[in-house]
Amino acid sequence: MANFKRLLAGAMALCMVGAVFTSCGDSKKDDKKSNNGTIGDKDADLKEAKLENEEQKVKGSEDSQKKLKIYTWNDEFKSRLRNFYPEYDQEKSGFSVAADGTETVGEHEYLKNGTEIVWVTTPNADNAYQNKLDEDLAKQSESDDKIDMFLIEADYALKYVNGKYVKPIKDLGITDDDLKDQYQYTKDIVTDTNGVLEGVSWQATPGLFAYRRDIAKEVLGTDDPDEVQAQLADWDKFNEVAKKMKDAGYFMLSGYDDSFRTFSNNVSKSWVNNSYEVQIDDNLMKWVDQTKEFTDKGYNHGTSLWDETWNADQSSAGKVFGFFYSTWGINFTLKGNAGDDLQGQYAVCEGPQAYYWGGTWICAADGTDNEADVADIMKALTCNKDIMLDITKKTEDYTNNQAAMEELAKDYSSDFLGGQNHIALFVAAAPKIDASKISAYDQGLNESFQGKFKDYFLGSVDKDTALKNFYTAVQEKYPDLKVPE
Amino acid sequence: MKHKSISYAKWGYIFIVPFFVAFILFNLIPLVSTFYNSLFENYMGRGGMVQVGPNFIGLDNYKTMFDPKTELGKYFGNTFILWILGFIPQIFFSLLFASWFTDLRMKLKTGAYKVIFYLPNVIMAAAMGMLFYTMFAQNGPINSIYTTITHAESPYMFFDHVWSQRGVIAIINFMMWYGNTTIMLMAAINGVDPSLYESAQIDGATPSQTFWKITLPLIRPILLYVLITSLIGGLQMYDVPQIITRNGEQVQRTSMTVVMYLQKHLYSKNYGMAGALSVILFVVAAVLSLMVFYATTEREPKKKVKKGGIK
Repeated sequence: MANFKRLLAGAMALCMVGAVFTSCGDSKKDDKKSNNGTIGDKDADLKEAKLENEEQKVKGSEDSQKKLKIYTWNDEFKSRLRNFYPEYDQEKSGFSVAADGTETVGEHEYLKNGTEIVWVTTPNADNAYQNKLDEDLAKQSESDDKIDMFLIEADYALKYVNGKYVKPIKDLGITDDDLKDQYQYTKDIVTDTNGVLEGVSWQATPGLFAYRRDIAKEVLGTDDPDEVQAQLADWDKFNEVAKKMKDAGYFMLSGYDDSFRTFSNNVSKSWVNNSYEVQIDDNLMKWVDQTKEFTDKGYNHGTSLWDETWNADQSSAGKVFGFFYSTWGINFTLKGNAGDDLQGQYAVCEGPQAYYWGGTWICAADGTDNEADVADIMKALTCNKDIMLDITKKTEDYTNNQAAMEELAKDYSSDFLGGQNHIALFVAAAPKIDASKISAYDQGLNESFQGKFKDYFLGSVDKDTALKNFYTAVQEKYPDLKVPE
Repeated sequence: MKHKSISYAKWGYIFIVPFFVAFILFNLIPLVSTFYNSLFENYMGRGGMVQVGPNFIGLDNYKTMFDPKTELGKYFGNTFILWILGFIPQIFFSLLFASWFTDLRMKLKTGAYKVIFYLPNVIMAAAMGMLFYTMFAQNGPINSIYTTITHAESPYMFFDHVWSQRGVIAIINFMMWYGNTTIMLMAAINGVDPSLYESAQIDGATPSQTFWKITLPLIRPILLYVLITSLIGGLQMYDVPQIITRNGEQVQRTSMTVVMYLQKHLYSKNYGMAGALSVILFVVAAVLSLMVFYATTEREPKKKVKKGGIK
């Protein structure tokens, strides 16, 4: 029996030693790769060196070659592909659109050449999408089930653009000539540090202020976009109107974060500098001060972006004058939230400050085994003038094709916006967009900044504490960033 | 001549092998590797694109954890407050219902109640969280009742205030667990010798006297067990506050529990810091477990040393 005990003890000891060694093995695999590798002055805006793409060690399996695997976080791109990509096999996929616009689709979706489309959808909340994407992309080179395509947003585009998992656009056979009508800023955002384009987008996203026509008429005496714009032309005027709204029993804005992008996308320095120090632009503090004032004076409804009350505020039951939005907001969010009562009751104007917000880019995953399909989808949805015109006409999304948009702007009227030609407004605004101040860390920093200053708006902490809390949260999210003591 | 006896003891060892194998594989090895990992700087940099480390840094992660700036005590405090707020009504109502249901004179038919009381526990905690989040939202039903009754100008923002937020979490925890506790206490009370109650009644004891003088002392071990297991469960509280407080960020993190804080370090896959926190959590839970172990193990009553001399 003693033998048996010894055996047991021996096995346990072995297991423990084994555990220690497995951990050791892991640590050797990685040879102290740090973040170092920035380009330019240490005080300048962060410019991270492009990482070298990984070598693909395993080829895609036969099964993987027949499947187009796309990573996304919502249905926007899915809907574009299903409705407007000519090679999408609507019949075989069982795709149909009901009278109310609801789209239904069968269990399996196919392209006309027989390739099956596999969507991997992970919601954006809590960084879940990026976590999933990072995890799977890390396995890409050794996996025979290849990811073919994934979508990214402006707030973290640079992370992937300068990362090691994207196949450059020109390697897909898409030429500069194909891309000539795209807005320059949409290319700038996804150009890596070496000057190589890594993604394409079907939309351009100048910002706007969408307001309720009925409230405008009642309080401002007019609902004409030009005249309303004149009354909202700068922040002082904007605040004056806010007071009028309050006096008339309305809210100027819905929540705390509504105007955030008008400030954060008009900054003079990026969130992070070349020494990896977090820097807070004056414009962001202006947002803090303005929102505090609005909250204290009751100019906003105290909601948070995307929450239920915020959505409800856009329906006829809401008492909110307007919403800062971007082009996609009109068709993707506002139109649905407005409900039947408010169709034709919204209008858009430029607002107190020009800005942009969001946008979605398509990237080809390095190692894709459906390269031709990926390239063709990109060409069709982001370079083909006719398709893009079609998208704008049918969805009111503003597409990334200058020639098409200029053509459309001559004579356009949106039913949802009460006959307004908002395309003309965007045609004027889009070429002016400057997105040079983005960094790979924007999403996490923006979220934390909004979240932490909410406590300040509510009055539970003072400004310095909110700032301190923000730095704490940043340090947790990004241990490699430096924050002031 | 030595007689070889047949030993059955080896079977005992064989039968416990599966437990030890599972324990080593799924408990001991992760435990050791968690501790090992906590000694390294190891996270994903550039927002998740490149790995930093692992670099051996000794106990630095623990130093950071216990740094006053980290406010670890605050998260332990929050966890304790959220737990005790739910536990007090839970134990009160559980005792009340358990004593009613087991009272022979009341002749209650308890089957249906037991099921109904237990039902909230069957629902996933996250679903309960979502339900209550919607109910107490700015334009939820609770607020429409509130504004109708009080004619208040604006709804009460339950999730923007420290105690209302904690209160909602406590209500959910209470609702989810009082059924479970009731059933456990009923089993304990049913285990008490009925003749004790009978004789007490014959002697003219009131129901409250039998409760305080007979029931309570005799179910003390189970009560203690309930307390400690609930405390350990509370220590790991995560899903309900996570949903109610939107990742714990609401109201200055006043409802952020330890495990929620742990989860903060997974944003950057910071295995070093998360490992250190896990080890701290393990130590606290282990101390609590030891307490329940000693509290529930029956010990031989100490022999009384005779005092005094010969008389």
